[in-house]
Amino acid sequence: MQVQSYFSGLDTIDGELVTLNLGPTHPATHGIFQNVLKMDGERILDSEQTIGYIHRAFEKLAERRPFYQITTITDRLNYCSSPINNMGWHMTVEKLIGCDVPKRAQYMRVIIMELARIADHLVCNTVIGVDTGALTGFTYMFQERELIYEMFEEVCGARLTTNIGRIGGMERDFTPAFHQKLKSFLKGFPARFDEFTSLLERNRIFIDRTVGAGPIAGERALEYGFTGPNLRAAGVDYDVRVSDPYCSYEDFDFIIPVGERGDTYDRFLVRQEEIRQSLRIIEQAYKNLPIGNYHAEVPDFYLPPKPDVYTKMEALIYHFKIVMGEIPVPKGEVYHCVEGGNGELGFYLVSDGGRQPFRLHFRRPCFIYYQAYPEMIKGSFLSDAILTMSSMNVIAGELDA
Amino acid sequence: MHLSNDILLAAIEQQLPGVVLSHEESYGMLTLETTREQIIPILEFVKNDANLQVNFLTSLCGIHYPDQPGRELGVVYHLQSMRNNFRFRIKIFFSIDDPIVPTATTVWLAANWMERETYDFYGVLFTGHPNLKRILNVDDLDVFPMRKEYKLEDGTRTDKDDRFFGRDGHEGQLLE
Amino acid sequence: MADKSVEMPEGYGGEGFFATSLAQAVGKARANSLWPLPFATSCCGIEFMATMGANYDLSRFGMERLSFSPRQADLLMVMGTIAKKMGPVLKQVYTQMAEPKWVIAVGACASSGGIFDTYSVLQGIDKVIPVDVYVPGCPPRPEQIIDGIMKIQELVRNEPARRRYSAEYQHLMEKYQIG
Repeated sequence: MQVQSYFSGLDTIDGELVTLNLGPTHPATHGIFQNVLKMDGERILDSEQTIGYIHRAFEKLAERRPFYQITTITDRLNYCSSPINNMGWHMTVEKLIGCDVPKRAQYMRVIIMELARIADHLVCNTVIGVDTGALTGFTYMFQERELIYEMFEEVCGARLTTNIGRIGGMERDFTPAFHQKLKSFLKGFPARFDEFTSLLERNRIFIDRTVGAGPIAGERALEYGFTGPNLRAAGVDYDVRVSDPYCSYEDFDFIIPVGERGDTYDRFLVRQEEIRQSLRIIEQAYKNLPIGNYHAEVPDFYLPPKPDVYTKMEALIYHFKIVMGEIPVPKGEVYHCVEGGNGELGFYLVSDGGRQPFRLHFRRPCFIYYQAYPEMIKGSFLSDAILTMSSMNVIAGELDA
Repeated sequence: MHLSNDILLAAIEQQLPGVVLSHEESYGMLTLETTREQIIPILEFVKNDANLQVNFLTSLCGIHYPDQPGRELGVVYHLQSMRNNFRFRIKIFFSIDDPIVPTATTVWLAANWMERETYDFYGVLFTGHPNLKRILNVDDLDVFPMRKEYKLEDGTRTDKDDRFFGRDGHEGQLLE
Repeated sequence: MADKSVEMPEGYGGEGFFATSLAQAVGKARANSLWPLPFATSCCGIEFMATMGANYDLSRFGMERLSFSPRQADLLMVMGTIAKKMGPVLKQVYTQMAEPKWVIAVGACASSGGIFDTYSVLQGIDKVIPVDVYVPGCPPRPEQIIDGIMKIQELVRNEPARRRYSAEYQHLMEKYQIG
């Protein structure tokens, strides 16, 4: 590979250094990206990343698909928490067309997004446990994720790549089965989550492994464009839900957990606390779920109900136009961001009034903060580097897009 | 300090008069246009100014307008000030025959990979970039795929017939 | 109590002995103790993690021990999109596996490129390596992945003893320029 020549000059000076290739297929990297490490024994001196092994050309693809088909593309960005990406995209289009979504639909969206955030953080934290050797937490918490998947299935029919919601609201109201599943989840999850917490949070071995692994200072993190739990672990309390509230997040009472040193243990704890805060938000949203419609009255963008399509002419025409992509999107450009599982997920949409976006750029948090990885692992052991990578929660789909 | 579109514009005008070629407000967000010679002074000013405190480079991306001769390629910078909770964007445009832009990595480290991505997709050359090479596509790709003239699909694939996908080569264009 | 033992192959048995063909005995042993190599790249990889979890439990099929080293694996499970950049890596991993080896393409992206009909995505892994079973879906449910695994098990159970030395198989390997 090309990187050999980059390091071979150093090799001739000091024959003790080792070039180690970590990836792209490696059990501990949880995604396909390559790190070429320059090591002195067990210590890492330098590293260089190669990404793009799963580049699927989302941005080019988005220029060739109608607005409602782009939701399926956004699913596959951070696929551990697809609903957040879907809602972010729908909100971007709603901002462009100037559509106000009713309160009930907003609260429904909040419940779904926070469930997705819990699912994402559960993956990351259990995987940090797996990388330190603790597989039990992973197997137990994945049962909780199955419960969350069942709830997503009730709403949209899919488990992982949900394509949930529509431009203008949700596609259907919560079914009675969803209400029952959510109630039993809210009742039973805190106790089971506490079991996982008791396994790792004050575990001496885990603390010794993770404290001091891959630290980064707050100012440095801001230079690198960090957002999300990684930035909050470094001490900066920036959360898009609080600074630019969207979808009625200002109605809810929750705290933003912040760490100190920005190392793996802080990232783990920040995500743990965020799961608890997400649970709090879901409880508040569910208790105060307003009565109303689950979608806005935008017949130009929101598919009419099927019985109407088969009987009324107007509904048939709207249905045809929406499916063919002939929707009256105005010209303009809009930037909208949501708090994804990994940080600020931004959508920069430039529309020229046509069926497809003229330009759609995804501001992907993983891509931006992974740049800091060489600096975070410089001087640490290989095992700490592995832990740092899994605690940063790098999702390959969001990294490469 | 409460930052608004007018206050930011006035501060930039005062410090660097004449650099802002045009400005507009798009869905509430201030959009400035400037030249590639002036972009780094503006970025440095807004970052270091004690009142503006624009401390974060949110995003950097390229854009291609094939119908604007002399200004085909552009780079869009999204910036925000966390303390003042204020966002805005800056655009620069330049000709596709001369896609040279000074790098923003001296101002923000986050621009490193974002500029590599813009180079990979649009062929914009950032002078002074520490490691300007392709990041997402294969290293030996000889085109810049996000430019409008390139097809989305791989032309050499044999298992899919474009006619059955409703594609006749005119997708992406407006119907009118 | 349900009988959880494996079906006996056809053969002739008596007091203290059982005679059957070597291929059948070996096939049964192999089918119930495959060591998979999870080549998980994207979303299908997360569904695979759910399949390995306690709810859908792939270890019932003898696949408790995942092997991330191709030298020790029997079954290459390609789950997720393979970009053109990744193609040579996949081929190298496949070449490093020892015979007999099987390949299952999980998901629409591995089978045919899926929804990503783009310049950077390989339109199906069968462009670079031979595939035995395709599991469609985006992502396929764990039950579908298990169905694919069971089909692989059937292939493994019924594989003729000299298949890997046959002219047809050599021709297949030459077509893909492997070994």
